[in-house]
Amino acid sequence: MIERYETLASKIDARFAEQMLRVPSTCGELTYELDKDNLIEIATALRNEADFGFEMLVDVCGVDYLSYGSDQWKTNEATDSGYSRGVEQEPVILDEADEFDPRRFAVVYHLLSLHHNFRLRMRVFTGTSNPPIVKSVVDIWNGANWFEREVFDLFGVLFEGHPDLRRILTDYGFIGHPFRKDFPLIGNVEVSYDDAEGRVVYKPVSIEPRTLVPRVIRDDNRYSADLKDAKDG
Amino acid sequence: MAEIQSYTMNFGPQHPAAHGVLRLVLEIEGEVIQKADPHIGLLHRATEKLAESKPYNQSIGYMDRLDYVSMMCNEHAYVMAIEKLLGVQVPERAQYIRVMFDEITRILNHLMWLGAHGLDIGAMTMFLYCFREREDLMDCYEAVSGTRMHATYYRPGGVYRDLPEAMPKYQESKFRSKKELDRMNANREGSLLDFIESFTDRFPGCVDEYETLLTDNRIWKQRTVNIAVVTPERAIQLGFSGPMLRGSGVEWDLRKKQPYDVYDKVDFDIPVGVNGDCYDRYLVRVEELRQSNRIIRQCVEWLRNNPGPVIVDDHKITPPTRVEMKDDMESLIHHFKLFTEGYCIPEGEAYAAVEHPKGEFGVYMISDGANKPYRVKIRAAGFAHLSAMSEMVEGHMLADVVAVIGTQDIVFGEVDR
Repeated sequence: MIERYETLASKIDARFAEQMLRVPSTCGELTYELDKDNLIEIATALRNEADFGFEMLVDVCGVDYLSYGSDQWKTNEATDSGYSRGVEQEPVILDEADEFDPRRFAVVYHLLSLHHNFRLRMRVFTGTSNPPIVKSVVDIWNGANWFEREVFDLFGVLFEGHPDLRRILTDYGFIGHPFRKDFPLIGNVEVSYDDAEGRVVYKPVSIEPRTLVPRVIRDDNRYSADLKDAKDG
Repeated sequence: MAEIQSYTMNFGPQHPAAHGVLRLVLEIEGEVIQKADPHIGLLHRATEKLAESKPYNQSIGYMDRLDYVSMMCNEHAYVMAIEKLLGVQVPERAQYIRVMFDEITRILNHLMWLGAHGLDIGAMTMFLYCFREREDLMDCYEAVSGTRMHATYYRPGGVYRDLPEAMPKYQESKFRSKKELDRMNANREGSLLDFIESFTDRFPGCVDEYETLLTDNRIWKQRTVNIAVVTPERAIQLGFSGPMLRGSGVEWDLRKKQPYDVYDKVDFDIPVGVNGDCYDRYLVRVEELRQSNRIIRQCVEWLRNNPGPVIVDDHKITPPTRVEMKDDMESLIHHFKLFTEGYCIPEGEAYAAVEHPKGEFGVYMISDGANKPYRVKIRAAGFAHLSAMSEMVEGHMLADVVAVIGTQDIVFGEVDR
């Protein structure tokens, strides 16, 4: 399987050269990063050209890289007062910035070639614009329609050229994009039926956010590359 | 004569044929559908976001609740994604157990589908027949995991425990005669494997029964033949998978094409449809019932003869046994760390897909090296299928909408996530 993917990778490198940037993978999968301006051109080529033949779009996934690699519990050094419980929340960053970090939002496409039996992953960063925007691939793979609606709904990424970009999973009249990392897990509003008013009312959430297990990143030398080499050799 | 105006009609979300909470806004002219606009998300629980806030192992239970009629297959994709990132090799016995339970799950799912689909378009008896067999399979779930549905049985690195030596039996009660009790316990005298084997002995006969009722049934054919025809080109273009894709004549099954666990060691066939209509998809699924039965038999045979470990012996990711824990300090520490903090996964990303009863069920996982996933994306087969609803029902009658919902095998747990 690995050799077949290497063959595909060399074909992609030959065809797209600088346009697609390979990301190293630990589990034998092919991942490429590409510029959002080239998305349509590359996607069309990947579907239509016989060498690639990615006729199916399996999945479109939004990712918010806001807190990538940050942990809630620092335990690398001892302190005088002992460790905290690590459950204090970081301050919430609001989405009012005019510009985002260029590598904050990404849209990840999973492609499948039934003919060659290949899988491929493409990642497109949306750049600095607020709201984030990329071109829609609905015309290339019709199945992308709902997947892009979902990314729009949950991350607020706009898809230029999408025929029907409406919210899909959240409630009618929902405010915000819940899968962004700065959207609280418990949400902002709670819904209940008000007996006196005789209708359903929205109120700010009354429960407090809680972290039961702090997020922690540990150095684990079992996975370090040097050690693996030593073991294999 | 005045021109007939088209009008919109609301279908669901509380409708017995909507298979859960589907709201459809239909644009109708007379009784012919012009356009369908499915509104989903009424069962959205943000499983993916919840998973981001919990250590890896604590989300396995959420996977059961996605597609709540094929529980273990969901877990399978999730644990496979973790195993891919960790680079863990699962013991062979665990792989056979997983394959066996995946196929039991496939039968569970297809029986549920067959019963509900039948009920929707006028075959009441099917529902009763299907649930009769489902009961036995749920007992298998219960015997192995303790719960009938939401098993949480698969773990990264294997399965939670080995198959039980004794099958639980019905207890004596004043509502059951001795004779009845003996009849009910007749195939429960041995181990779980004996029970599963006795099930596989009689199950092909049950499928014959279902087929007698439906396959040549005039009403059944009137309701399904030539309804919602999908060409292979459109099926691929729309991202279909599983029986929806195979019903259109595309021979694509991850169990054969990208085998995981021990699917490359068991013998089975892939049924493929010809016309791509509801009837062909029905035939494909019924044949899958028979093929799953075949796979289960092979697994039972292998599992009988090959005892061994069912989970990896790496206590950084799997808990030590209770006995070890009681007298070994190291094991106690491992146990404590695992159940409080969990384990960290090396930075990276992986996509693991299984051939779920409904199609390709994939889990895309991004790890930044923490004890919780950075992002989990669940690729549900039903989501892609439902997005093609409008195209499939266009030009059909209102009553056919129900047949299409049925043929897509929609379960809202996975569509809404």
